[in-house]
Amino acid sequence: MCLAIPAKVLSIEGYQAEAEIAGVTRQISLRLTPEVKVGDWVLLHTGYAINVIDEDAAKETLKLLEEMCEVY
Amino acid sequence: MKFIDEYCNVELSQRLVERIRHKSAREVRLMEFCGGHTHAILRYGIRQLLPPTVEMLSGPGCPVCVTANADLDKAIALSGLPGVILASFGDMLRIPGSYSSLQKAKAEGADIRIVYSAMDALRLARENPHRSIIFLGIGFEATAPTIAASILEAEGERIDNYYVFSIHKLCPPVIRALLQSGEVKLDGIVCPGHVSAIIGSQPYEFIAKEYGIACAVAGFEPLDILLSIDMLLAQIESGKPEVEIAYRRGVRPEGNLRAQEIMGQVFETCPATWRGIGEVPQSGLRLRQEYQRFDTEKAFYVDPGPPREARGCLCGDILRGVKWPSDCRLFGQVCTPEHPVGPCMVSSEGSCAAYYQYQSHEAALSK
Ligand code: SF4
Repeated sequence: MCLAIPAKVLSIEGYQAEAEIAGVTRQISLRLTPEVKVGDWVLLHTGYAINVIDEDAAKETLKLLEEMCEVY
Repeated sequence: MKFIDEYCNVELSQRLVERIRHKSAREVRLMEFCGGHTHAILRYGIRQLLPPTVEMLSGPGCPVCVTANADLDKAIALSGLPGVILASFGDMLRIPGSYSSLQKAKAEGADIRIVYSAMDALRLARENPHRSIIFLGIGFEATAPTIAASILEAEGERIDNYYVFSIHKLCPPVIRALLQSGEVKLDGIVCPGHVSAIIGSQPYEFIAKEYGIACAVAGFEPLDILLSIDMLLAQIESGKPEVEIAYRRGVRPEGNLRAQEIMGQVFETCPATWRGIGEVPQSGLRLRQEYQRFDTEKAFYVDPGPPREARGCLCGDILRGVKWPSDCRLFGQVCTPEHPVGPCMVSSEGSCAAYYQYQSHEAALSK
């Protein structure tokens, strides 16, 4: 129910967009994320992009994890 | 898949587990609020990997499970009204109500359609102008804005046969209710990931400030969850509880402001009844005055009769974190995913379903 998966936005028309989810193309709604641009990754929940995925933050978290685990 | 596979890295997970084991000095009790986290924790065997000092309890974060029978009974009754098509997320269909389930009602002739999105429900309304489409509006803050958006769309297109039965629920108020009751003692909370994508991390501040309980917002992959546990232990150790985000790629402190705005435009808070917890003030969402024509409560009347609870089912206690699925005598014997007695065995986020699916029966019973 609260699951959301990463989707890559391929094209946008108004509030509708085509996005790729694990190799499958689907229509999604951008009503909750009008700032989305083509090429952005979004978190998709029940057909709606509920947030734009922050790619920099994603990299930083991985780096943090690497650093945290260095001594273990 | 990008943004998922990297966070499933086994080697890094093992090292993080080592770090947590090393760090964990005293006994702590953490609650993962969200049913999605419960499933991930069991699926990846995280509970077994953690040191014995770290106890993980499951919380009430399963929207389907916390739906009160009275509301479910009402939904079933609504589906039986002439001219109605009831649209619902698939999760709800097999949940046993007091007397029936949506699935049974469907088998008996009610027109119930499974939809994946509020957009699909709206499409049904466009395609069936002479029928009344009732969408079962269930879910937490991750889902409520999508349904609010569908109502705004219906308004824009002047669709007049689309209705929402809003039984949405809000997470921070129920966390407050749990803490206020004093029934479970917690040191830290793994806060929901996708709910927080909408509301941000700020609404949890009161947990750290007023109750002195550590908080970390987590994603759903093993490294996300382990990172949140690591953060919680550090906060507990330092005696400085706060709200951290272990899921920064998906959650900003302020959340998704546009989604909050849409949700606030269409809905207002109201008291809501949670299974096992009872009525919690400000924990539900109802349609605002301006949108009442989309509200089933205003457009339809049903009386499903007094609600009843399934005998022997401990879902209510499990949702409050005071009982384990293994405490239920019906678990795995009478109650299975094929023949569920309570909602926690049906929902993809239910604790009983998770234990049944990922642990051997013996393991669950001996927990
Ligand atoms: S095992 Fe079944 S009957 Fe027991 S608490 Fe879980 S859902 Fe309820």
